[in-house]
Amino acid sequence: MANGMASPTEQSGTMATAEEPGYLRSGQQDGLRGGLVRLRSGDMGSLPALIGLVVLVILFALLRPTFLTPLNFANFFTQAALVMILAMGLVFVLLLGEIDLSAGVTSGVAAAILAVLIQKQGVAWPIAVTAALASGIAIGLFIGMMVARIGVPSFVVTLALFLGLQGLVLVIIGEGGNIRITEPVILAIQNRNLPPLLGWVFYAIVVVGYLTAALLGRRQRLVRGFPATPLLTILAKAAVLALLGFGMVWVLNLERSINPAKNPLSGVPIIVPIIALLTIVFWFLLNRTAFGRHIYAVGGNVEAARRAGISISYVRIVCFCICSGTAAFAGLVYASRAASVDPNAGRFVVLSAVAAAVIGGTSLFGGRGRIQDALIGGAVVAVIDNGMGLLGYSAGTKLMITGGVLMLAASADALSRRRRLTGG
Amino acid sequence: MVTTTAGLGEHPPGGEEPAPFLSATGIVKSFGPVHVLRGVDFAIRPGTVTALVGDNGAGKTTLIKGLAGIQPFDAGRVQFEGREVHIDSPRAAAELGIEVVYQDLALCDNLDIVQNMFLGRELHRGVTLDEAAMEHRAGETLRGLSVRTVSSLRQQVAQLSGGQRQTVAIARAVLWNRKVVILDEPTAALGVAQTEQVLALVRELRSAGLGVVIISHNLQDVFAVADLIYVLYLGTMTACLPAAQTTPGEVVEYITGGRTAAQDA
Repeated sequence: MANGMASPTEQSGTMATAEEPGYLRSGQQDGLRGGLVRLRSGDMGSLPALIGLVVLVILFALLRPTFLTPLNFANFFTQAALVMILAMGLVFVLLLGEIDLSAGVTSGVAAAILAVLIQKQGVAWPIAVTAALASGIAIGLFIGMMVARIGVPSFVVTLALFLGLQGLVLVIIGEGGNIRITEPVILAIQNRNLPPLLGWVFYAIVVVGYLTAALLGRRQRLVRGFPATPLLTILAKAAVLALLGFGMVWVLNLERSINPAKNPLSGVPIIVPIIALLTIVFWFLLNRTAFGRHIYAVGGNVEAARRAGISISYVRIVCFCICSGTAAFAGLVYASRAASVDPNAGRFVVLSAVAAAVIGGTSLFGGRGRIQDALIGGAVVAVIDNGMGLLGYSAGTKLMITGGVLMLAASADALSRRRRLTGG
Repeated sequence: MVTTTAGLGEHPPGGEEPAPFLSATGIVKSFGPVHVLRGVDFAIRPGTVTALVGDNGAGKTTLIKGLAGIQPFDAGRVQFEGREVHIDSPRAAAELGIEVVYQDLALCDNLDIVQNMFLGRELHRGVTLDEAAMEHRAGETLRGLSVRTVSSLRQQVAQLSGGQRQTVAIARAVLWNRKVVILDEPTAALGVAQTEQVLALVRELRSAGLGVVIISHNLQDVFAVADLIYVLYLGTMTACLPAAQTTPGEVVEYITGGRTAAQDA
């Protein structure tokens, strides 16, 4: 799912005569050489986050050996899932240069609706899930209308909703204060694992799927006599993906229970393929469709997008719907993990999610960012949380450190933007 | 309000020029009490570079915005290839084959050259974007304009120089087989070498048979490429001069109102 990351292009020779202008031969300027150019122009993408992630993992592994156990590895995914999913939705509004401060409480509303419908009204889970997701999309529609049609800054609209929706959660849940979730399907999202064999099937689908997509894309270019990504680059990337994935699935398929005799525990957590599927869908939307292209255009230069005939309002409204809809889905994940819904649901998580997207390399100024940023940044936030928890630090210290990292990432974002603007 | 002006519209200088793509007659536009265009005649011919000059506030931008469908005129006739037309929206202008390249270029810095050239008009293959086809056509268009200054079609526009950006904006305008391309101050922010690149591009457009309009304050650039020079003075077209038969000094007199059509005649 790399961003068509071609590299120094293959000399296909079909049109590489001496008098031809260079651009006809050069194809996509991504990959290594393009990456260096972007780095020099101050566009660091998710490189700092990846380096930070590796450093943090090494650091925590040295300080606390339990950090690298299969059990903690599996826990890491269930802990990171909420922030990652919320951050994926936020990428869509951040790309427009907007923000959604209400994403966290939107997931709270969805979780509350789900809990009340299933546990109190006895509604079947598919209907309850649909209602919960629909509530998220409705909230997104409202935000989008306020921002795009009336012109209220998204910061203000979503800050108002941040307060208002907390009230709504209280009203939905009622005086009781806490609803337990007992529906097995909902609980499975964050508490069940794929059988080991299915884990390998999932692994095979991802690797073969990636390879097929990359090779088909390459063929499509070669058929038209166009320079394309060298076969070796595609194979190398597929090999890295296959190797990392193999390690991951292998570790997750190990017995990781503290008491294997009583409660055997192994397999890829169900949330992992769910996140993978969400990532692929969103990646496709952003990189392979005209709508995704228009999101980047609106975030990059609204006036240019308008003159190109793009409906700015439509793009804005749909992006807010995607963000809030994804937040609602995160609400299901939250309800599953906590096995209950309380009035505080989703109140604090939104800033972690914004932090995750920005740490991953998505710009707060719009126009720059990728769906993968949400995963990488979410992993950083979750590793800090998990590792410091193992080291016995208090919640207060963890919050301060996460805040500091967000500040660092936002400063880097602002500095690189300044460098781009002055560097021309 | 219609004033007679020197050698306009129906009397093309040189005699046997082709019929105009676009001819506008008696154009009037007011903003409240301010009469910006007072019965202006204007024509754009195939294979001809027409310069539109005039001081600030003379009405150049208003005339162009009307032809681009952004601000429709109050009165006057516009004919395109002999047919009477009403250009009431940018879409209508585009359908006729009129494209305007504005001074701010309207490019997205975070997208690459191909993405900018096809923005809002992407080519598809099923539900997905047809990147190869777009890249191919963008490359052909740039090659057709003899552009040699960009190194990769997949370069982000943020990394381009001012002249290269202008090139991309112009290439985008001609990508869709446009007949008329209007360039608003194309050389205003450019250095000497980059200005020369853009002027070379303008000559390419002319030899491709397009009707090119160039709005500029820089008479040196105007004389370097223009075949015809139209001068607007306070909302009236005071002169239409063949570039070969006039001098910068004379044009300046018309621009500053030191000489008018009446005196000329």
